[in-house]
Amino acid sequence: MSLLRPTDVLRLASRGLRGHPLRFLLSAAGIAIGVAAMVAVTGITQTSRVDLEEQLAKLGTNLLTVVPSDDMNGEPTRLPATAVTMVGNISPVTDISGVGELDSVGAYRSPYVPSGQTSSVVVTAVDPSLINTLRARTAQGHWFTAANEDYPTVVLGSAAATRLGVDAPGTRLWLGRQWAVVIGILAPVDLASEIDPMVMLPTPAAHTYFDYDGTTTGLYLRSIESQVHAVSDVIPQTASPQQPGQVAVSRPSDALAAKVTADNALNRLLVALAAIGLLVGGIGVSNTMIIASIERRSEIGMRRALGATRLDIATQFLAESMLMATSGGVLGVIAGYTVTAYYARAQGVSPALPLWVGLTAILITAGVGSIAGLYPAARASRQAPVAALAAL
Amino acid sequence: MSAPVLECHDLTRHHPGGVQALRGVSLRVWPGDFVAVVGPSGSGKSTLLQLIGALDRPTAGEVVLAGRDLARLSDRALSRLRAETIGFVFQQFHLSPLMTACDNVAEGLLYSGVRHGERRRRAAAALARLGLEDRLHHRPQALSGGERQRVAIARALMGEPAVILADEPTGNLDSVNGQLVVEILRELTADGTAVVVVTHDHELAARMGRRIELRDGLVVHEAGSGRQ
Repeated sequence: MSLLRPTDVLRLASRGLRGHPLRFLLSAAGIAIGVAAMVAVTGITQTSRVDLEEQLAKLGTNLLTVVPSDDMNGEPTRLPATAVTMVGNISPVTDISGVGELDSVGAYRSPYVPSGQTSSVVVTAVDPSLINTLRARTAQGHWFTAANEDYPTVVLGSAAATRLGVDAPGTRLWLGRQWAVVIGILAPVDLASEIDPMVMLPTPAAHTYFDYDGTTTGLYLRSIESQVHAVSDVIPQTASPQQPGQVAVSRPSDALAAKVTADNALNRLLVALAAIGLLVGGIGVSNTMIIASIERRSEIGMRRALGATRLDIATQFLAESMLMATSGGVLGVIAGYTVTAYYARAQGVSPALPLWVGLTAILITAGVGSIAGLYPAARASRQAPVAALAAL
Repeated sequence: MSAPVLECHDLTRHHPGGVQALRGVSLRVWPGDFVAVVGPSGSGKSTLLQLIGALDRPTAGEVVLAGRDLARLSDRALSRLRAETIGFVFQQFHLSPLMTACDNVAEGLLYSGVRHGERRRRAAAALARLGLEDRLHHRPQALSGGERQRVAIARALMGEPAVILADEPTGNLDSVNGQLVVEILRELTADGTAVVVVTHDHELAARMGRRIELRDGLVVHEAGSGRQ
């Protein structure tokens, strides 16, 4: 058994490293860079993933979008007026709202704007329940209520408001044959960005003022989470019994979920690259320790003369190597957490980097240090004790 | 009459390449002996010191130190023996520039299982014994050569060794400091510690109790009284 106490080993190791501070710092920096990269990559991907997952949880993964696809001649088609009721009758469907583009209607700031300069906005009749189905919210003003849904009032999607130059409710828009008052502007809709360029007119008013026939160009529905797949399977026949092939059903949250998965794959690749950096750092530590074991022949001999066993010498060198690597690890973890915090602040989200990531990283560097130190320690301990006198 | 603390019989040591550093040396050292091993470079005196200091193993012959046959001891047991029985003093001092004199001396007990605080307490006492009580917190580079060698001697004394082996202890010192170091070593013999000094300085050797002269790996002359 070695008579060296753990505190003595620590003291020896730190003194050994202080003997060549620059060399120690450079070797530790090699490790620190690898660890910082690993921790920062984990932190950044974790932060953005938590952000995505929060978004998913907020928006829900049970939203389905139904759109008619083009017919054989490439002409756009519409879903029959019965589609909303029929699909709404599927029992797991909890919410449903239809939207129908009004092809012949444009929205203009004044009657003097030539028709055709539509500013790329789409006038659409929407069910007043749409805002609940999408869990969207207004950025300004209000959504339709029972009191105004029969009147020519519109709510603008966020892009439509920008394109028409409307920055506050109260503005009037010319809809070709009728003025309509803007009563609200929606915030961007995360799961249905096609809403953003819409000028939305409530369905009852569309019937009254624009002869809207009730056929739809899109259905938005929520179903019981566990039944989403079953529901989406029966939608085409239900929505358009005559042309089920012209109905496309999609689940917008799939795109977000796919992003999480893609981020995971990228994350693994980056962590692997950072691990290579750590490996290179470990080789640097090993190299430094081998040089130390050669340079310090006489110190080793002197220690053997004082009564150090081979194990004592090996322990000292191994401890130096581990201390060097672990110091780098601690620096790297601090850097990694700092980078993550800056990233999170820049993205306006809260940083997500659990404590165990840092602790694991430090443990890994201790492991790297011990592996890097094995050969130098063995080499130092095999040194013949006579070296103390060899200077003669 | 006490038993010899160090005994060697017919020691030979061949180095790889056919160099015969020692060709049959026998020697007895009693407690309190003050022995000079003299000889020119290459006479084998450093090899002899390595063998009796348990730093190296002989090709043939035996070394008995404090009653223990070194050939029968494992590497680990030799380390213990060095920690407990032998104190080394080197020409190069081998002091760490990162530590104070007191901490350097305390290293003498690092491998003996003594706690740090106790080591430092004893180190301070050892330094005081050698007249360095006002140099405890100086680093070696702030000390003169003579003071550094006294620090190294204090370190060698820490384990209360039966034998002190000194390898050219005055080699890096001027004559005044060299004499001082010799006097210190002589004082150590007064309480029974055996001191063996390797030197090529005959003048220095003349002031010691016994002189053993080596040439080409053999004892060619022995003078002075061995037993006290």
